[in-house]
Order: sequence, then C-alpha cells, then structure tokens
Amino acid sequence: MTAPVAIQLTVNGERVEAQVLPRLNLADFLRDQLGLTGTHVGCEHGVCGACTVRVEGEIVRACLLLAVQTQGMAVETIEGLSDSGEVADLQAAFRTRNALQCGYCTPAMLMTAQDLLRYEASPDREQIREHLSGNYCRCTGYHAIIDAVEATAQARRGETS
Amino acid sequence: MNDGVAVTRGLSVLDRPNSYIGKTVPRPNLDRLMQGRGQYVSDMSLPRMAHVVFLRSPYAHARIVSIDAAAAKAMRGVIAVVTGAELANVITPWVGVLTHLKGLKSAPQHAIAIDRVCWQGEAVAAIVASSRALAEDAAEQVMVDYDELTPVTDMRTALATETPVIHPDLGDNLAFERNLDAGEIDKAFAGSDEVVEAEFVFGRHTGVTLEPRAVLADWNPGDQRLTIYQGTQAPHMVQNISAKHLGLEEAQVRVVCKDVGGSFGIKVHIYADEMATYALAKLLRRPVKFVADRVESFNTDIHARDHICKGRIGVNKDGTITGFEIDDLTGIGPYSMYPRTSAIEANQVVNLVGGPYNAPNYRARARVVFQNKNVTCQYRAVGHPIACSVTEGLVDLAAKKIGMDPVEIRRRNLIADDAYPCASPSGMKFEALSHQASLDKLFAMMDYDALRAEQAELRKQGIYRGIGIASFIEVTNPAAAFYGVGGARISSQDGVTVRLDATGAVICQTSLTEQGQGSESLTAQIVGSVLGVSMNKVRVILGDTDNTPYGGGTWASRGAGIGGEAALQSAKVLRSNILDVAAAILQAQPGDLDIVDNAVVDAAGGAQRIELHELARIVYFRPDTLPPGFQAELMATRHYVPRDYPFAFTNGVQASWLEVDPNTGFIKLLKHWVVEDCGTLINPQLVDEQIRGGVVQGLGAAMYEHCIYDERGQLTNANMADYLVPMAGEMPDIDVGHVVSPTIESELGAKGAGEAGTAGAAACVANAVNDALSPFDVTITEIPLTPRLILTALGVA
Repeated sequence: MTAPVAIQLTVNGERVEAQVLPRLNLADFLRDQLGLTGTHVGCEHGVCGACTVRVEGEIVRACLLLAVQTQGMAVETIEGLSDSGEVADLQAAFRTRNALQCGYCTPAMLMTAQDLLRYEASPDREQIREHLSGNYCRCTGYHAIIDAVEATAQARRGETS
Repeated sequence: MNDGVAVTRGLSVLDRPNSYIGKTVPRPNLDRLMQGRGQYVSDMSLPRMAHVVFLRSPYAHARIVSIDAAAAKAMRGVIAVVTGAELANVITPWVGVLTHLKGLKSAPQHAIAIDRVCWQGEAVAAIVASSRALAEDAAEQVMVDYDELTPVTDMRTALATETPVIHPDLGDNLAFERNLDAGEIDKAFAGSDEVVEAEFVFGRHTGVTLEPRAVLADWNPGDQRLTIYQGTQAPHMVQNISAKHLGLEEAQVRVVCKDVGGSFGIKVHIYADEMATYALAKLLRRPVKFVADRVESFNTDIHARDHICKGRIGVNKDGTITGFEIDDLTGIGPYSMYPRTSAIEANQVVNLVGGPYNAPNYRARARVVFQNKNVTCQYRAVGHPIACSVTEGLVDLAAKKIGMDPVEIRRRNLIADDAYPCASPSGMKFEALSHQASLDKLFAMMDYDALRAEQAELRKQGIYRGIGIASFIEVTNPAAAFYGVGGARISSQDGVTVRLDATGAVICQTSLTEQGQGSESLTAQIVGSVLGVSMNKVRVILGDTDNTPYGGGTWASRGAGIGGEAALQSAKVLRSNILDVAAAILQAQPGDLDIVDNAVVDAAGGAQRIELHELARIVYFRPDTLPPGFQAELMATRHYVPRDYPFAFTNGVQASWLEVDPNTGFIKLLKHWVVEDCGTLINPQLVDEQIRGGVVQGLGAAMYEHCIYDERGQLTNANMADYLVPMAGEMPDIDVGHVVSPTIESELGAKGAGEAGTAGAAACVANAVNDALSPFDVTITEIPLTPRLILTALGVA
C-alpha cells in the first residue's frame, strides 16, 4: 500500500487540504472525508451516473476519478449548486413535477440537467433524454424528469410552459 | 364505476372546503433530497463504527473444507474475521416457509454458510475492519478451500431423478406445488373451435435499486438494546425477525428507517448478510455497517421471475374465450426466502391468469423448484407480469387464430363493468372493476383506428410497427391473507397517531414507510383535509419502531389504501376531540362547529370562532380555564385493516406502440398508454408517477434486464455495464388515464397503484412486437426481447 498524498483543491468554493491514499476515488473522498454525502454511489464503475459532480466546470463521474487527480482543481457538488442557488429553478421544477421519488439519483440528475441547460438553451425532449441517458433512475420512468428539465429551459428562455 | 370524477357516496369527511384529496400538491421533504441533504443509511456514521465486508463463494455449490483467516486477522485495521460456525453462536438459522402455502418446504439457512455454499455469492466469512477498504484488503487474504459439488442450474431438469438433490433431507428439489382445477377445462377445450397453445419464457431479473441494500446495526450493551438503521419497507418485520433470531425481546430492538434509495420489493425481505450484520454488532459490541456493492447486489438482492409457463386457451369463432390452462415452472434458488417465502410468485400466477376475463374453465399447475442460483422472491408486481403476459399473449394468439382484432376479442370477453361483485375461477373476489370502461378510454386516448391506419401505411414502406394491448388485474391492499394467516408476524394493519401540538400544528406518526411513493404526502393530505388544517402545518413521522404505531409498512400497494384509511380515521377522532374542546371554550355545540383553514368556524355561515393555535394554547397552558371535569384529548390513534376482501383488486389496461427493425432486431418504443383504476385518487400526480415508474420497470424486463447464469451457476453479468437497465434515451413518453371505482370497504375508497405499471408493460410490448412482425409469421413468447432473440426468431441470426 502506498502512503497518503497531500492534495489541495477547492470544493464548492472552499479551499480543502487533505491527505488521501492514491487509490481513493473522488466520490469516496467527497463522501467519507468531506461529509458531502449528496454525491451518491450506485455502481462504482461509471455506468449509473449517481456520483456525477463538476470538476473544472465539466461533469464527471466521481467514481472514475481519483481524489489525487483533482489536485489544484475546482470541484462542485450538489451541495454547492444548491447553496449558491444555481439550480434553484431546476429544483423547483422537479418539485412541482414530482420528478423524483426516492431521490437517490436526483442530485446527479440535477447536475447533469444543469450541464445541458448551460450549453443548450432550447433542448427538445429527445436531446434532454439523450443528455440524461447516462443517469439511471429506477423510480420515475424518466418522463417527469424530462418534463421538469423542459419546463426549466422554457422558463429560462422567458417562456411559460 | 365512475369515470374520472369523485364518487357520489354521500358527503364524506373528504368532501370539505380546501380538501387536498384528488389534488396534485408537491410532496413534503423533497428539497432536502434535491439538495443532497438526504439521510440514506449509506450516508450514516456512528462513533466506533466498524465496516463489514463479506467474503462470498465463487462457486454455485461447494463444500467448505477449511477457512484460514490467520493472515487476514493480523492485518492493519482488522477487528474480526468471523465464520458461519462462530456467528451461529449469536444468531439462529431460519426456514422460509408459511403454513398457508401447503407443502412448501425449505432447508435451514444460516446468516453465514457453515459447511456448504449453495449459490455463487453466498457469504462464507465476515471481515470487520475500521474501514471498508481495509476490510476488502483483508478479505483477499482469507483462504477458503472448497470442494466443488455438482450445481443444479436448469429448472427444467431440477426434478429429474438423475439430478442431485440440493438439500437431501428434503427428499427432492420440489419446494412447492399448487394445482387448481375449476370448471371443466377438458370439456371446454373439446368443444372449442380452436385451442391455441404456447410456451412463455421469463428471464430472471432483479431490482437494481440505485442505493444498494444498506444496514447499520448498533448493539449498545449498556442499554441492552440493538438499534438497526436500515433501508427497509417493513421496520416492524425487521424488529420481529432480528429479535427472534438474536434471542432478544422485541422491545430490545429499535428499527429506524430514514431515506431509502429505492426498494421495489428488494428491501422488504431479510437477507442473510443483514442478519449477519445484526449479529456482528452484538458479538463485537459496537456499530457495524454493511453496504452492498453493486456486484453483491446482483449476486444477493433477490431475483425475480425466472418462469417457464406453458399455456393453452380455447376460443370459438365468435371470439368467445372458453378457458385457460397453464403449467408454470419456476426456479427460486437454493432456499425459500425469509420470512415471506419464495412460493408467493408462483401462487400469484395461478391466482391471476385469466383474471380479467369471463372464462370459468381454468386449470393450473405451478411448481417451484430449488436450484443453485441466487434466491428469488417478491419483487414489484409479484406474479403479475407473468400472469398478464401469459393471459394476454394467449388472447392475442386466439384472436389471430380466428382473425379477430385484439381490441374486439377483449371487448367480447372482459368481465362486464356491471357484473360485480364476482369471483374468478381461482377464487379471487372482485368488488368492483372497470375493464370495459378502461379499454374504451384507452382506445380513445391512443386513437387506435388511426394507429392501425398508420401501421398499414408504413408497412408498405417496409417499416414494421406494432400495437400491443394488455388488460390486467392488480392485487392491492392485502389483508392478513397474504402472510399473517400463514404464521408470519408481518402486520397487515397499519396505525396512525395524530396530535395537535401547542402551536396548532399537527404531528402524525404512521406505520407506513417512505421510499419515494408519497406516503408522507398522502398522510399529510388526508390528515390536513379531514382536520381542516393546511398541509404545511402537518408533519409526518415514519420509519421508527420506537416512535410510530405498529404496522406493516409500505409494500404490495398497501400504503394509500390501508395506511391512508388509518390516517383518515385517526384524523376524524382528533377533529371530533378538537370540536369538543372548542365547544367547551365557546359554550357551543360541537355539531354546530367546523374546522376550516386552521380555525374553528361556525358550521353554518363559516364565521371564525377560534384559531387552532389559540385553542391549543388554552388546552396546554391554561387548562384551568376549561370547564371542571373536562379533559381535552388532542391526540388520537386509529388502526385499519380491510376485513371484507382479502385483497382490493384493481384493474387497468396498457398499450404499446413500437417499431421493430427486422435487420437489426432493435425495438424502438414510440409511445405507451395506461388506463388504470385505483379507486379514490388522493394525489393524481403521485399515482401517475407510480404508474410511469412501474411501466418502465416492466419495459426493462421486457427488453433488457436479464440475470444470465451459465451452466455452472455463475452469474455472468453481475454489473451495470452488462446487465442493462432502462435509461432515459430509450424510454417513451407514457400517457396515463384513470377510471375511478373506489372500494366501498373503506371511507377513503383508495386502492393501490404500485404494481399496475409493471403488471402489464411486458405483455403489451411482447404483443406489439408480435404484431409488428406479423408479416414474417413469427411469434415470440420470451422476454427479454433482445435483438438476438428477435433475429433468431426471424431466422437471420
């Protein structure tokens, strides 16, 4: 076993210094060392999307990235996006549309949906489905999630749904 | 039956000003889940907490010759390595049988295997360490010497004389058999114009809850109490079973269930590794946490289905269905699951086949056999998808045989909406169903004739689209008939306590649990409506055996119908008590008062008399001002269980519109429709989303999901890359409509809606695929409908 490595990064805008084992993945680091349990672990091999976070502005699977790889980088999680209000309207649309049931996929679903809406102001349902196609939800059947993202896009464009 | 509007059964407590019943209101407590502030068991941590990792058998069937844990025990961070024999001193084994399933047998199962492993993935040792990673490191150093035994994997030969018997003490590999013979099926078939038969094959699949099973058990020797934090659907069942096998009084066990990352029946059972975790906490006198990883989930979460069902249907040229006959075979793994048993699904298949139709002649046999694979047990829509696929597949084959449209044959044979109450040949009692109205509504919603025209037009261009229809019945609101009568201490009743606090807010404690279906919402909606209190003043507490009434929990579509009725009845009592207090304060008659918008008002005229917060202030802080001898009771509890009917059957119908590419075998789902009847709709949006989620679970089974075992009993696709689940990109939009036939057994009138989507989705997809491929004259009666299966049927693979 290799020795812990010192890393420095920012997480949700806060500077973090930590000692991590090289084998520790980012999801476990966020959850177990920083207590940011909004990042969930579903499959631990990059398929289910539950651990989606933002690193340097791009969404990534936190289970496929080692914590040591985030040295010097900016990591954002659902806690950060919630506290800053960046996804408040998306969360409101999810609430109105009941686009979550157990809620376990939801933080990552919101991260991924926000990623789409940052780059595409007018996604159609097909595009929304495609962009979210790496995020597994067992509860909703996706229809309500697509509706909520579509409604948020419309509202951000100043249209009413 | 009443189409889409509230029932007219006299003004009920729910038909009140500002009622939340029948209204789409957002569920409480969604914000914390969306902000990443949920409290799932996998998020929890306690002081001195240790982590357990289970070393699991790589063989489907093997004798354990020796276990050498010396090296592992010496590793950094390792607290203990515990074998099955050692743990058996702490926790007793169990046998998963129920007395009402006559003849059901199983063998004693231990928390950790002792001498022998019976499926790939059965735990052989527990490694407890200060972190999960260190426990996993140590697990690699535990040396187990196995003597591999012949695995029994093919259910078709499980009963053959040359096949080894998995549990020699049981005599054979037959766990359970049920035979039913109603009417005169031989005579009916002999007199039919046509008899059509087919063999239906249902792959094994599993729940794939996004949060794996997770448990944190905390034995406190100081209190002599065990606190179990677990994502379970049935906390009181967990309390009973854990106490029983650990030699504790039930009062020594508290089960706490916070947020749960998906359940669907996966988390309504008690697993050996969970039992082992409880026992380890007791043995090691500290909190022990187990969170299954995804590979463990695939190898140990209950699987479901895995049926081969031969079916026959008799039909006359005028479309009259004369009878059904089935012979069902299912493999359940090496043990009947505990405590609900693994015979329920086959039993349900026998109960449900032919259920929507007027067909009094019915013969059924179901056999449940042991095999060296992971256990199967009750998963969402238990038995329904099999019964529905067999029934609706046969009906479509019959229609095709006599050249009749699939909708028309259903119209001619579905039980008439005015024929209730009635019973099925299998003895199921139907209080009030609406098959015909549901089919009519579906027909209109999907614009059936236009789709048929489009289908014909596209076929000329070499585009193969199909329409599939599936009517179904759904078992909901189970009374004691499900488990209690068989001797299981699994409660079929639920209880709700409501109280008005000192500020006029309301606190409800319910024995229901919440896994996202909306138990909290429906409880708050009902209580708020009955009390005349706004929903934001109603807080719901659930999932804690120390702090809720005793009850069943949330499974088998029982929450709204049973827990909801208990909420209604308890709120009625509290309302009456509040009005008694108000009458005493106001020197009025209780009957002349009402509660509206958090205040007591005159029933006539609606003038406000006293706000609830003021009433509560007087009760709690100035009782001296109340009349002598008057004792206010601002807390009430009521329980409920259905008594007239063992189950509240619901019904519905689904349709699928899809396209099959005969060159690739790919299916594109274009649209899906559901009309269902769950009685009173408490929150239409929540019902619709239960239906949609259920449909997609059924679509997964229909098209993708399959636990693929090889002949040695090795699960070959135990990961999410190889086991396919439905994702957003492939799923269709789903239109949902309702017909409303409330149950008259309860004041609320609600029946369940959780199984409906899953019950019929695979059946209508299979029927649609066969419809699309009808020009090729092939019939496929197997799921999942993979491209390979379709190409093989088309003769091009």
